[in-house]
Amino acid sequence: MLLIHCPYCEETLPEAEFAYAGEAHIDRPADPSALSDEEWRDYLFIRSNVKGPHFERWRHVHGCARFFNAVRDTVSDKFMTTYKAGDPRPDLTAEEAAQ
Amino acid sequence: MTTQKHNDTDRSAVMIRIEELVPQARFSLRVRSERARVLSESLGLALPVRIGSVERKGEVEALCLGPDEWCVLAPDKRRDALIEASRAAYAKIPHAFCDVSDREVVLRLSGPEALTALTTGIARDIESMEVGSAARTAFDTATVILWRDDENSFRMDVWRSFLPHVRALLDLAQAEFAAGL
Ligand SMILES: [Zn+2]
Repeated sequence: MLLIHCPYCEETLPEAEFAYAGEAHIDRPADPSALSDEEWRDYLFIRSNVKGPHFERWRHVHGCARFFNAVRDTVSDKFMTTYKAGDPRPDLTAEEAAQ
Repeated sequence: MTTQKHNDTDRSAVMIRIEELVPQARFSLRVRSERARVLSESLGLALPVRIGSVERKGEVEALCLGPDEWCVLAPDKRRDALIEASRAAYAKIPHAFCDVSDREVVLRLSGPEALTALTTGIARDIESMEVGSAARTAFDTATVILWRDDENSFRMDVWRSFLPHVRALLDLAQAEFAAGL
């Protein structure tokens, strides 16, 4: 079982307490009705599907109930870091150098 | 053979005891963290700030469940006074203070194998939980709140509709202890 660090509880806890919630840092358009069908489709459905470090949302659903962000390597399934919702994307150079 | 079985049953009862506790008043408190201190003064509560920590003031217990969420337990006789205090504070300090007393049933698990029995359903490391702390977690698929009151004494708050499922798994664990597994 994966262990995930919750940035709110400040504890590393079993995956069973968490739920995956899709790619992170996707802003809802401020004025949806101004968008073309293609732009709205891209916002709703088109995701980056990266191989390597993936920025994604998780929710500590059986715990503090908060949503937060994580960077997970989709090749190794290792969590590189987690951070609070609303915080900017972390600089990954240190983590990447370590790998 | 009959005697043997009788002894085994006794042994499992000593190793782990499971009881349903008498209901008390339970509230769900939501308030922005920056207003928690001033609200705690109005309600006469001690509100902890670290998730998982518990503060006791008189007979009232408050557990921090999240950055803006607390579980408050009180004796029945304090219920009306707490609701009244919340109502009085509401105009100045927006918050939600909901009576959810009927939502959960509280189990007491005690005895030298209580912790082992809990590990049959809970994935988190219970052994490292500090005595006096508590945590919302999952038992099998059910959300529960686990309180560690002593080294070998736990309370587990289980939502009413999940109780038969949780209880069946605990009874199975108890039967396995009795069989010496
Ligand atoms: Zn958490």
